Amino acid sequence: MTAPDLIVAEPAHDPAPAASRALRRPPKPELSGGQIKALRLARTLVWPAIVVAVLVTQIPFLVTIYYSFQNWNLMRPGSRGFAGFDNYVTVFTGGAFMQSLSATVFITGSSIVLSVLFGLGLALLLNRKFFGQGLARTLVITPFLMMPAAAALIFKWSMLDANVGMVNWGLSALGVDPVQWNTDFPALTVIMVLTWQYTPFMMLILLAGLQSQSKETLEAASVDGAGPIRSFLHMTLPHLRQYIELAVLLGGIMLLQVFDPIAIMTRGTGGTKTLSYLLYERAFVGLEIGEAAAYGVITVLLTIIVASVALRLLFKIFSSEGAKS
Amino acid sequence: MSTVTAAPVSTAPRPSTPTPPRRRSKRMRHRATSTALTIFTWIVTLGFFFPVAWMVFTAFKTEAAAATRTPTIFTALSLDRFAEVLDRGFGVYLLNSLTASVMSTVIVLLLAIPAAYGLSIRPIIKSTDALFFFISTRFMPIAAAIIPIYLLLQGLGMLDNITALSVLYVGMNLPLAVWMMRSFFSEVPLEIVEAAQIDGANFFTELVRVVLPIVAPGIAAAALICFIFAWNEYFLASLLTSTMARTTPPFLGSFVDGRGQFLAVLSAASTLAVLPVVLAGWLAQKRLVTGLAMGAIK
Repeated sequence: MTAPDLIVAEPAHDPAPAASRALRRPPKPELSGGQIKALRLARTLVWPAIVVAVLVTQIPFLVTIYYSFQNWNLMRPGSRGFAGFDNYVTVFTGGAFMQSLSATVFITGSSIVLSVLFGLGLALLLNRKFFGQGLARTLVITPFLMMPAAAALIFKWSMLDANVGMVNWGLSALGVDPVQWNTDFPALTVIMVLTWQYTPFMMLILLAGLQSQSKETLEAASVDGAGPIRSFLHMTLPHLRQYIELAVLLGGIMLLQVFDPIAIMTRGTGGTKTLSYLLYERAFVGLEIGEAAAYGVITVLLTIIVASVALRLLFKIFSSEGAKS
Repeated sequence: MSTVTAAPVSTAPRPSTPTPPRRRSKRMRHRATSTALTIFTWIVTLGFFFPVAWMVFTAFKTEAAAATRTPTIFTALSLDRFAEVLDRGFGVYLLNSLTASVMSTVIVLLLAIPAAYGLSIRPIIKSTDALFFFISTRFMPIAAAIIPIYLLLQGLGMLDNITALSVLYVGMNLPLAVWMMRSFFSEVPLEIVEAAQIDGANFFTELVRVVLPIVAPGIAAAALICFIFAWNEYFLASLLTSTMARTTPPFLGSFVDGRGQFLAVLSAASTLAVLPVVLAGWLAQKRLVTGLAMGAIK
C-alpha cells in the first residue's frame, strides 16, 4: 500500500485538510531508509574535511596540553620531565599573565567597539544613493584587503612616525607637538591600525543588514511622521541587532589572535603584550616550551569561554533564521 | 533633517493636502542635506583610503622626497624604488606567497566542497554538531598549536618548506570555507537535487552538473577569501619559514633595518605586496561581500 494509491482512492470527497496531509505524507519507514542513505552519504562527504581539521589543529593542541605538564626548556634538553602543575603555577604567579590578559581584552575590545561604530557609520553613509557610490565602496573596503604586515608598517613609518608621519604633520598644523605614537601610546597605535583594518569588514556585514531591511516599512514609518533618528533607533537598530552580533563574533574570532601589528609596531612593549605575543616570546625567544604551552592551554580555555557564549548567540540567530524561512 | 514632529506610528488619518510652498522649501532643504551628506561621505571615504593612496604615491618618490617633515607633493616620480625592491629578491617571496596561497586554496576547496554539500543534504540531522566543530576550530588561537607543529616540522626537517606551510593554511581556512559554502549549498532548491536523483544521475554527476553551477558564485567567494587570508598570513609564515620558503609578509616585516632612509622603498615593497589581493578584492567585490556577509548570515 503506497501513499498515491490512498490519494487516488478518495479523489472527489475532498477530505478534511489534516487528513489529506496525513495521507499525502509518504509512509515513514520508506523515507527513513532514504534518510539513512542520505546521512551515510553526508558523513562520507564530511569526514575528509573533519579528519584534516583534527590533524592540523586539534592533535597539535592535545600535544600542547601534554607539553604544558612538562618541565622543558630547549636550552637544557637533558632536564626534561614531568612537572605537574608547575608551569600553571608559574603562569599565574608570574604577573605577566594578568597583564597580558588585560592587554588582550583592552586591545581586542576597543578595536571591536570602534570598528563596529565606524563600520555602522560608514554603512549608513554608503547605503544612500549618491554620486560615486560604487567607487566609494570600493575605496572603503581596501583597508580590509591590505596585508596586515604592510598596514602595520605603513602606519608605523608613514603615518605615525614622529618625524615624517602624516598624522603628526596634520597635528602640527593644529599646533600639537609631534607624538612618537608607537612608543608613547603603543596600545592606541595598535588599536588604530586594527580599527582601520576591521572597520570595512564590519561595514560590509552591517551594510548587508541595512539592505535586507524592508524599504516599505521604513517609508511607512516616514509617512506616519517618524523622523530619521526615530526610525533609526526604533526600527533599523533592532533589525541590525543580529548583524551587529555576528560582526562582533567574527571580529572577535580574528582579533583575539592578533599578532602581526604587535610584532611589527611595538614588539609587545607598553601594554600591548597580548596572549599570543606572550606565548610567542616564551616559546621562541625564551625557549620555555612547558611554560609557553601552559599559556597556550589557558588562552584556549579563555577563548572557549568567550566563544561558547558567542556561538550560542550565533546559533540562536541561525535557528531563528531557519524557522523564518 | 525633517522638522516634522515625531509622532508614534499610527494609522490615524493625516491632513491630506500640505500647502505647496512649505512642501517646496522642505524639498530644497532635503536636497541641501543630501548634498552635504554626499560631501561628508566622500571626505570620510577619502580620509579612510588616504593611507593606501599615500603608500602608493610615496613608492614613486625618491627617498629624500619621501622623508620630509612637510609632505612633498610636487616631486619627480620614478619606478626606481620598485626596481630596488625587486633587486632585493622580492620576486621570490611573492612567488612563495603565490604558491602557498594557491596550493592551500585548491586543497581547501577539494575538501570543503563535498563537506559543505554533505552538511546541506536533507534531512539535516546533527549537521549543526559538525558545523559547530568546524567553526570552533577557527576559534582556537593558532598560537596554541604552534609549539608542537614547530617541533614536529623541525624533527622532520620540514621547516622552511612551502608545502608544510600550505598544509597549515588548509587547516586555518578549511572551517571558514565549509561554514561559508554550506549556506550556499543550502540554497540549492530541493527539487533540483531530487530531479537529478530520479534521472538516475549518480552522486558525482549530480554534484558536478546540477549543484556546482548553482553554488559556483559561493565557491568563488570562499576561494577568494581563503586566498586573501593565506596571502596575508604573517604569524605561521614568520615562524616556520626562513630563507627558501619565506613568504611576503614576514619578509616585509623584517624589511626595515633602521639604517638610512627607507620610507620610499618600504612603500614600494608594501605596494607590490598588497597589489594582488587588493586588485582581486576590487574586481570581485560583489563576491567578497556575498561571501563575508551573506554567507555568514544565511
